[in-house]
Amino acid sequence: MTLDHPVALAPADRAVQLLGGDLTEKALRLHLDGLSGVDAVGLEQRAAGLSTRSIKTSSKAWALDTIIRTCDLTSLEGADTPGTIRSLVAKAVTPDATDPETPRVAAVCVYGDMVPYAVAALGSLHAAGGESGIQVAAVATAFPSGRASLAIKLADTREAVAAGADEIDMVIDRGAFLAGSFGVVFDQIVAVKEACRRTDGTYAHLKVILETGELQTYDNVKRASWLAILAGADFIKTSTGKVSPAATLPVTLLMLEVIRDWHRLTGEKIGMKPAGGIRASKDAVRYLVTVAETVGEDWLTPQLWRFGASSLLNDVLLQRQKLRTGHYSGPDYVTVN
Amino acid sequence: MGFLEYAPAPESAAILNLKAEYGLFIDGEFVDGHGEVFDTISPATEKVIARIAQADGKDVDRAVAAARRSYEKVWSRMSGSDRGKYLFRIARLVQERSRELAVAEALDNGKPIRETRDVDVPLVAAWFFYYAGWADKLEYAGLGPNPRALGVAAQVIPWNFPLLMLAWKIAPALAAGNTVVIKPAETTSLTAMLFAEILQQAELPAGVVNIVTGPGATGQALVTHDDVNKVAFTGSTGVGRMIARSVAGTSKKLTLELGGKAANIVFDDAPMDQAIEGIVNGIFFNQGHVCCAGSRLLVQENVHDEVIDRLKQRLSTLRMGDPLDKNTDIGAINSAAQLERIRTLSDVGEEEGAERWTADCVIPDKGFWFAPTIFTQVSPAHRIAREEIFGPVLSVITFRTPAEAIAKANNTPYGLSAGIWTEKGSRMLALADQLRAGVIWANTFNRFDPSSPFGGYKESGYGREGGRHGLAAYLASNGWDAPAALSAASAAPAKPAKKTRKAVAK
Repeated sequence: MTLDHPVALAPADRAVQLLGGDLTEKALRLHLDGLSGVDAVGLEQRAAGLSTRSIKTSSKAWALDTIIRTCDLTSLEGADTPGTIRSLVAKAVTPDATDPETPRVAAVCVYGDMVPYAVAALGSLHAAGGESGIQVAAVATAFPSGRASLAIKLADTREAVAAGADEIDMVIDRGAFLAGSFGVVFDQIVAVKEACRRTDGTYAHLKVILETGELQTYDNVKRASWLAILAGADFIKTSTGKVSPAATLPVTLLMLEVIRDWHRLTGEKIGMKPAGGIRASKDAVRYLVTVAETVGEDWLTPQLWRFGASSLLNDVLLQRQKLRTGHYSGPDYVTVN
Repeated sequence: MGFLEYAPAPESAAILNLKAEYGLFIDGEFVDGHGEVFDTISPATEKVIARIAQADGKDVDRAVAAARRSYEKVWSRMSGSDRGKYLFRIARLVQERSRELAVAEALDNGKPIRETRDVDVPLVAAWFFYYAGWADKLEYAGLGPNPRALGVAAQVIPWNFPLLMLAWKIAPALAAGNTVVIKPAETTSLTAMLFAEILQQAELPAGVVNIVTGPGATGQALVTHDDVNKVAFTGSTGVGRMIARSVAGTSKKLTLELGGKAANIVFDDAPMDQAIEGIVNGIFFNQGHVCCAGSRLLVQENVHDEVIDRLKQRLSTLRMGDPLDKNTDIGAINSAAQLERIRTLSDVGEEEGAERWTADCVIPDKGFWFAPTIFTQVSPAHRIAREEIFGPVLSVITFRTPAEAIAKANNTPYGLSAGIWTEKGSRMLALADQLRAGVIWANTFNRFDPSSPFGGYKESGYGREGGRHGLAAYLASNGWDAPAALSAASAAPAKPAKKTRKAVAK
């Protein structure tokens, strides 16, 4: 690919501030190539080290509540119906009927066409971007593959926002990224961000899914994270949950390191969402430890941290019941949705 | 209370079934010593854990005699495969009792349970498994057919990795067919005593391993004993020098693994987050009580500020305190004497004009503690850049070019280990070729494996432990002269010719 004729990129604010006014693909590429490399063995060792933290008693209680409070309760099935979505919302509102003190989840995450049903089911509990209540997140941009024209991706996004989605989980074009067309990936994120704009001028929150299982190398994950942030991501997110491996602790650690570096550089806080593959409370607690020891515990709020999960919630509820009552119950003591 | 103040998660010491007093382990039995009994304390609380017998000259005589007897009558006559069975059995018992050993080591040494559980004890088992496999394959050790054992090995080990150093010493000695008298360090005899119980459990023939406890004088009596054939020592260069003198002129074979002042070299193209972890692991692992610790950070000048800034941020997340808490990263300094030495040298560092930064840690009231400390603005002429501090103190020196990094890294009387951090493979290899150190880590630090030889250049000692090379320290060729290339396998390679220095990566 030649860069003889500098390809101008959409002037995303962050990128312009960091790379200068004449934003070109060449400038973006040079910047991404200049990032320090990632040693895979060392990264995985550090993640394994963080996994050995032993979280007990009061710390465990806080951790379990935080997992629930930062959970994007997710249903992304071809077989989803208005009924299953209503059921999902009911679970989000009342995770554990035996304990009214149980916190509510941060959001429900659904396909774009299911947004109206989720919004309707939430009713007055719909946070609509506010601090209290439950947000509605929609996956968009031809999720999960992202293989559609930009026009379709934008229409997908606009429709979800118009239907009341507070958060958009978009996928990047992994094909373009792996082919080296960083500019294409960048411009699409900028365009989708603009499509998140509501009629009143406010924006739906944008989570950018890197699909790290397809990017394969940690160096790629680092570049893609940095690129997504430069293009305007509010959150960076590991995976769709449709590709294996989905979220892993080393990948999440690496993305958090990028977020920490961005914060060091600009003072701005970017959110993080690992998604897919986190099913046990024990694993989820390791993610919280990793957040706290990498970017700091300031990040452990729904504004800056989310778990994308479906089956995790019930395991957390069982652990929570155990802490409360002193004994384990079983899968019939938590509700299915 | 924030989440990061993790609630206490102490490992229970109830698993230990300690005796109030431990004798010497001679000829398969625990026996009283003739010296004065001394206390072993927990450096984290200064509480007495147990009383330990002290061996005097007569006790050492008895131990050596027992080792000689069992060498002549049992061990040297046993087949290699049978010796291997005992070593495999010891390895399995170490694994079975791993939790107990990890707790005892953390209690007695002051190092965190996270390290004893995840590093020390697993490596101890690995060492015995590895050398168990060698016991019936000694003809492949590179010393010709049927190499023979040396006889009785006198071994003196330090307090920084009490059980691991014991394994490094005993496993190859036994695999090669020697019998052993070993002296643990005065402050850390406890796990050696538990190990003696394991030997009884394994039904190792009496006298094959004898353990004499006590201070330096006990060690001196042991290494100068007329009836030992091999002396192996790990510890300070000062004591190593004395031992070398006492062994000179005798037929005893000698292995010394002494001090170090390793350079951990960070280039501007290093994988930065992993390099920071490597620096932390290099000097703050085991409170810096590591002979191969990366105590001199050589950092390329153009990334100095960034590295130091990130390092300080990372250090502020380290947790110092109760060694038995599973979340403790930094434990106690092993003894009051060692703490004093660290304090003295750190004060010297300040007086000499280096800039001191100490992590903000809450120091417990009791016990011996020293918070992680970094000195910047250190010049190679400073004492803290030359002397081994053996504590959690890092001296930071800058360099501009690969040639300067090599010159500064090699400018030390020691030569045990070094680290290189760069994403450029060619530079890594070129540098490793020029560094005069026995162990060189690239993009990692303080990693050990029984199959890898370990040992030093210059004042860091001679001989190698670990791997096939480690066997050479406990074997003699059997009337057959090994080709020079093989017998020199454990010796230091000649210094590369000056002209190759130009080939160092640009």
